[in-house]
Amino acid sequence: MFESLSEKLNNIFRKLKGRGKLNEENIKDALKEIKFALLEADVNYKVVKDFLESVREKALGQEVMRSLTPAQQVIKIVHEEMVALMGGKCSEINLKGPIPVPIMLVGLQGSGKTTTCAKLARFLKNKKHRKPYLVPADIYRPAAIDQLKKLGDQIGVDVYLPTPNEDPLEICENAMKKAKMNGYDTLVIDTAGRLHINEKMMNELEIIKQRVRPREILLVADAMTGQDAVNIAKTFNEKLDIDGVILTKTEGDARGGAALSIKAVTKKPIKFIGVGEKIDALELFHPERMASRILGMGDILSFIEKAQEAIDKERAKELEKKLRRSEFTLEDFREQLRQIRKMGPLEEILSMIPGFGQLKQFKHLKIDEKELIRIEAAINSMTRQERLHPEIINGSRRKRIARGSGVSVQEINRLLKNYAQAKKMIKRLTKAGKAGRPFNIGGFFS
Amino acid sequence: MRIFTRVKEGLAKTRKALTEQFNRLITGKKIDDEVLERLEEILIMADVGVKATDELIRQLSKMVGKNEIKDSEQLKECLKQEVLKFLKVEAPPFDTSKARPFVIMVVGVNGTGKTTAIGKMAKWFKDQGKQSILAAADTFRAAAIEQLEIWGKRAGVVDVIKSQPGADPSAVAFDAVSTAKARGIDIVIIDTAGRLHTKVNLMEELKKTKRVIGKVMPGAPHEILLVLDATTGQNAIAQTKMFNEALGVTGLILTKLDGTAKGGIVIGICHEFNIPIRFLGVGEKITDLRLFDAEEFAEALF
Repeated sequence: MFESLSEKLNNIFRKLKGRGKLNEENIKDALKEIKFALLEADVNYKVVKDFLESVREKALGQEVMRSLTPAQQVIKIVHEEMVALMGGKCSEINLKGPIPVPIMLVGLQGSGKTTTCAKLARFLKNKKHRKPYLVPADIYRPAAIDQLKKLGDQIGVDVYLPTPNEDPLEICENAMKKAKMNGYDTLVIDTAGRLHINEKMMNELEIIKQRVRPREILLVADAMTGQDAVNIAKTFNEKLDIDGVILTKTEGDARGGAALSIKAVTKKPIKFIGVGEKIDALELFHPERMASRILGMGDILSFIEKAQEAIDKERAKELEKKLRRSEFTLEDFREQLRQIRKMGPLEEILSMIPGFGQLKQFKHLKIDEKELIRIEAAINSMTRQERLHPEIINGSRRKRIARGSGVSVQEINRLLKNYAQAKKMIKRLTKAGKAGRPFNIGGFFS
Repeated sequence: MRIFTRVKEGLAKTRKALTEQFNRLITGKKIDDEVLERLEEILIMADVGVKATDELIRQLSKMVGKNEIKDSEQLKECLKQEVLKFLKVEAPPFDTSKARPFVIMVVGVNGTGKTTAIGKMAKWFKDQGKQSILAAADTFRAAAIEQLEIWGKRAGVVDVIKSQPGADPSAVAFDAVSTAKARGIDIVIIDTAGRLHTKVNLMEELKKTKRVIGKVMPGAPHEILLVLDATTGQNAIAQTKMFNEALGVTGLILTKLDGTAKGGIVIGICHEFNIPIRFLGVGEKITDLRLFDAEEFAEALF
């Protein structure tokens, strides 16, 4: 999401490199470029002004460290300021207090509240081992209750079903009662989307807040929001004193300046980000990582976390052993494919690798997830013997595999060729590793 | 004249914010660099964007240099004229009588208000004495079909063509256009699932839907309308670019103008892509849809 901004900043600092020392003049140039980059990233005009001022102050007051180039020094300052602005540490959801704990999601129409409610309920169930109860308090948008019900069914979380004459406050209160009786420990309340300037609707939220006393009120905001993010966040915060923000639709190419703006005006932490349409696409927000991503340092921490979550450690160890012995069979290859697919959409995973956004040849790389499914289907259609000894796959076997998996013989040919190449490469890499040469990911791609 | 006032009402917030700032910052002042810098701030804050703002300011400062602008009143007037140049796009008019059924495909990213805009459009056509049927080709989002059905009922449309959740959206579009042809209905509006423009396969799916429609009825869809949320910032440019490249967008619908968002991004978009704005969404009621008029829009803005 932030790749484009990081590209820009990289360009600016490339210019700065080789210019010798950092002084008023070249800071000014860099700041001007940063200003445009941030404005194009939809950071609010006034927030940009303040941000640049603090960067300037820091930059001028600091001596250039011997170990750094002037460009690196500026990157470091911008990075630190950005992390500071976005809240320093990763901030968790607060579930303390008497059970059931109500959590309420609020926001504009179309920011993604209903989907996020379901994602959050799933997160609470799977990661926090809670027993959540979804509460649809949006009686205005057609079929909103239906939508939450369907999502609840998908993730195996119960949904409170209001009668047609309950108003939003009654829905919340009755759901609280029902939760107490049935042993649900957390309520996730979906409210109707509303404009922050619609007083009647905002009052409705205030009343729910007074009566239900949500432990957390989270503002759901679209990562694509422009300059208005400031007005929206400010008004919601003034009316409801929100506890945090969930930033949605970050998997697109929006530069997400709204994240900076919202944090700057509300001083409330961003707690989660939505990273896809699938119901598990919700992640904790890490300011440090996000700032790193803004500056093109990649998001290797998220990457590692994802990998750890998805990849079975035992199997990984086994595979590593096999790699060392150069016994990488198609069976292993299929196992790898499955593990990778468990980690989530490939594009997203690749975007977390440092420097990947800068590699020109990958800039417009689009990965079709369906391709992976086809490859797996082809491998599934092979016999175990064939998977362990791919060299025995002759013409007639290829035809049979093609028929069995519904892919063309040409694709089977390509798959086997790629496999052979990958095997060769792994051999080379493992040899290099043994010889103690560092593994250079940059060289891998060029 | 009624429509005129209603658009102004919908844009009241925008207008108020801009003119107030305008008056506070600029009125009575000599036009110098400082005033132009203030103007830059106003435009950026209205989401006009760095590039379009830059172009507008450059034009205006040229005029200041030539002594064509001397005071704030003139500056305001000239800005309006420049914005109007951006907004006026040479494009065929929105004429639904040139085909029967006239097929409209509605696309956009998630949460911009496609389904709501479709409900309003159906009502708008109905008020003009035209019959329409809706195609629930958003088979992905939970309860999207139900949402469209409710809007269809409110708008009093002839029929909502639907299938099972998860079904092929192209098949739904196919059925809707065939049905309209057979029954002699005036207009078909096709609702599609929201998708981020960066998802290649989902964009391919839209292309397929377009192709399939063209097979049932050569020349259709007659309009492909991209729904943009006025709250969206610079990303609206990327959205327009990608949807336009994939489908050839013929018009824009700008929604959620009843908030404080200025929707200034469309100024640059119309200009850069030569795509006209067709409708404005100015509120939550089913009648809160306005046919776009560039003069009116620019007038309401400043």
